[in-house]
Amino acid sequence: MEHVVQYLWLIPALPLVMAGWGALLKRDRRRLAASLAIGGVALSWLLSCVAFLASLSAHPFRETWSFRWFEIAETPVPLGWVLDPLTAVMLMMVAFLSLLIFIYSLGYMARDDNFTRFFCFMSLFAAAMLGLVIANSLLLLFICWELVGLCSYLLIGFWFEKPAAAAAAKKAFIVTRIGDIGLLLGMLWLYSRSGTLLFYDHGHGCLEQSSLARLVAGTTVGGMAVSTAISLLIFAGAVGKSGQMPLHVWLPDAMEGPTPVSALIHAATMVAAGVFLVARMFPLMSAGPHPGALQVITWVGAVTAVFAAAIAVAQNDIKRIIAYSTISQLGYMMMGLGVGGVAVGMFHLITHAFFKSLLFLGAGSVIHGSQGERDIRKMGGLKKLMPWTFATYAAGMMALCGVPLFFSGFWSKDDILRAAWNWPVSAIPFCLGAAGMFLTAFYMTRQVSWVFFGKPADSRAPAHESPAVMTIPLAILAVFAVLGGFLGTPAWPWFQSFLNGEKTPFTPAALVAGPQLDLLLLSTLVVGAAFFLGWRIYSKAALQSPREKDPLEKSLPALFWLLQNKFFIDEIYAATVIRLNTAFSSFADWMDRVIWGGAVSAVSALTFVCARINRAFDELGINAGFDFGCDELRGAGGFLSWMQNGRVQHYLRIAGLGLSLLLLALIWGCA
Amino acid sequence: MVMPNEIAFYLIAAFTVAFAVAAMTLRRLVHCALCAAAAFAGLAMIYLKLDAEFVGFAQLLVYVGAIAILIVFAVLLTRGDEVRPGHSQSSPSWMAGVAVAVLVLAGMAMALLLSPSLQRPAPSAAVAPVKKIGEELMTRYVLPLEMVGVLLTGALLGAVVIAMREESEVKRPARWPAPRRAEPGEAINLR
Amino acid sequence: MNTPLTHYLILSALLFSIGFAGAVARRSAILVLIGIELMLNAANLNFIAFWRYGPHTEALTGVMFVLFSIAIAAAEAAVGLALVIAIYRQRKTAQVDCLDALKG
Repeated sequence: MEHVVQYLWLIPALPLVMAGWGALLKRDRRRLAASLAIGGVALSWLLSCVAFLASLSAHPFRETWSFRWFEIAETPVPLGWVLDPLTAVMLMMVAFLSLLIFIYSLGYMARDDNFTRFFCFMSLFAAAMLGLVIANSLLLLFICWELVGLCSYLLIGFWFEKPAAAAAAKKAFIVTRIGDIGLLLGMLWLYSRSGTLLFYDHGHGCLEQSSLARLVAGTTVGGMAVSTAISLLIFAGAVGKSGQMPLHVWLPDAMEGPTPVSALIHAATMVAAGVFLVARMFPLMSAGPHPGALQVITWVGAVTAVFAAAIAVAQNDIKRIIAYSTISQLGYMMMGLGVGGVAVGMFHLITHAFFKSLLFLGAGSVIHGSQGERDIRKMGGLKKLMPWTFATYAAGMMALCGVPLFFSGFWSKDDILRAAWNWPVSAIPFCLGAAGMFLTAFYMTRQVSWVFFGKPADSRAPAHESPAVMTIPLAILAVFAVLGGFLGTPAWPWFQSFLNGEKTPFTPAALVAGPQLDLLLLSTLVVGAAFFLGWRIYSKAALQSPREKDPLEKSLPALFWLLQNKFFIDEIYAATVIRLNTAFSSFADWMDRVIWGGAVSAVSALTFVCARINRAFDELGINAGFDFGCDELRGAGGFLSWMQNGRVQHYLRIAGLGLSLLLLALIWGCA
Repeated sequence: MVMPNEIAFYLIAAFTVAFAVAAMTLRRLVHCALCAAAAFAGLAMIYLKLDAEFVGFAQLLVYVGAIAILIVFAVLLTRGDEVRPGHSQSSPSWMAGVAVAVLVLAGMAMALLLSPSLQRPAPSAAVAPVKKIGEELMTRYVLPLEMVGVLLTGALLGAVVIAMREESEVKRPARWPAPRRAEPGEAINLR
Repeated sequence: MNTPLTHYLILSALLFSIGFAGAVARRSAILVLIGIELMLNAANLNFIAFWRYGPHTEALTGVMFVLFSIAIAAAEAAVGLALVIAIYRQRKTAQVDCLDALKG
């Protein structure tokens, strides 16, 4: 198994080929389309396993392979891929989740007309995401980044006849684009300062020591180090893609897309791309004695975590609650990267991917079983009617809330909180993290009690369990949601050591070491309190009808109103940024029509005038002159023809005249 | 001091010129023809004065005796003698023609008077004996003589042919328009 | 003793121009012919004058020339007058300004 990295390109290439093939299929070739997609991503997963096994062979392990894409004026532009622990874990996660969700989609999208198109787009997305993960060049990463954004647009707007879906797709694309501007600027700046966009290139890469030293040494506006500035710009891209404040507004609207899309893209993979980008660029972000970028990342993440969790408390759409939960958890991941490093953030990313996609797929199962109902106030009592869904959903919910010891979410969040507690800069992120934990448990309790407990809603048809093709992936994910955490406990932190390139020690004692024990107790307390409160408020007072007010609303109406309307962020944006943009585009339109259009018209008018002058000159000057000349010639001819009047005497006179003139000339000549 | 030769010359010259002018200006063509004959006679006298006796007599014989008579015959045959009232004998632009003639005269006179080679003294008497003329005609100028004979024959025959009344002119086909005297200045159609 | 040569030559020029004036100023074709005859005669006078006042009068060059000129003038007068008669017969006119069929 030498040099597996050379063949790493096959992993994204296979789904790409399947996407291309699928694009050419007719709409009724459903089985073929699904087989192509699932087959492609299954093969990718197998190859990812091979790559993962290869990456276990050495500590630390990093292999790269690059090639020259093209040359501009003697400057080559290389692309390449890298196989290191970060890549390996992401490959495994992305490929495996894609496979499971594709299988789930067989059931969920079975009644949709555009089945074929769905699988083509999903394959394309899988290819782009896998390409993003293996990229060794920021350029290749950016290309795949944009491709992933495109697939998100296509898939959110999958049911584009619905105006809400089309608008949501547009919003997602535009808002992430705003972040991408920062990423592009950072990329260009990095290229200009370090001369290469390859991450690891035998010492010459932009994330390697020599380049980092140069970037740290340079200073820019405000006394910031160049590395900090570039890192902030790149983080801007991550803010857009991962839905951090203030660019989070697109994620809840993205729930207009089909549920498998939400599960794959907006829970596990694409939104994790932002976190992955920060993790990949971590050497740059943490370079130098005062890595200011990491502080910014921490604060942004912490604030987002609490902010989104608060909004989730007052939402009623089952998928929206989970969407806000995703935003909140992404904030946790960013916080983890900022305070604890790559391993801390990535561990939460991996565990979150499993339980969040589980939650989404479970929500999809609920919606499917309730014939399309999405309002949790109209649901109830599904525990008995959809047992499998309930069991798996409960597992996912507990993992998300961080129920201690047996659920993966607990261990990953524990890592983050421990790192936040030890953060030298401030303790506020820790407090925010703890508050977020409380809110998370609270709103999830609310959701679960309203959906699964209580009386079933009296609707036309009772809810039914989903088919096996949907529940089996749920079960598999639930298993991972529980067991995944054991890869990163403090007793045996294999995950963290793997990412850091070290050997893993086995120290059971670390589990109950001083600070660790305190943290364990604190988490248990917080989660328990939230469960208790939520159960008290929401399960007993089950709603009699959807039009009844939420119990929280009854007690804190003003706060509830603020939370339900998402702090009016969308409205603020509409009043300021969007209005500004509209004004500017009207101005640009006016400029285009009046100024540039006027200039063009002026040029054309000038041309017209010149043509007119030319024609006038031609007609009056040339034609008339010519005509005049011809008329004069005719007149002269007429005059001359008078001389030929046929009379001999006349000719004789002229001869005489000529003779006298000749005599005159001769006389004068000889005189 | 005017010498008798000069007086003779002036008299004869005046006579000739006067009759020449008359020949060109009289109204009735017969008068013109006869005045022309007189002018020819005057010229013959000048030839005699210039010691070219044979030429003078030849002039009288041919010009006065034949050509002038021929002209008279032509006048009579073409009824040119009839004077029509209101019909001028001179061309409407006779002044232009006279002006050109004056120009020609001026040119020639200027040339003659300004040329120094013409101021030559009178040479000794010249003789042109008829015998000598005959000898010359038979020896040196025999070819031109024969040619002139041929020419005269041809001219005679030609004149006869041209002036002969043709057969087709006698009978007048109906489709031909009746010939009428054309007005001056009017274009004559050949049909 | 003799009149100078120029006198004869002036006379000749005078006769020539008189003949020319008549040829171009009168309407009748016959008068044109008479004018032409006068011009020829003036030329003959020129020849005889130059012969008489020239160096080699024994060569009789001028005399010979004039004799031939007279002969040819006679032939030409005959043909010309025949033409006038023929034209008169054709077009019933001997006025030269009616004969402009070659106009153009």
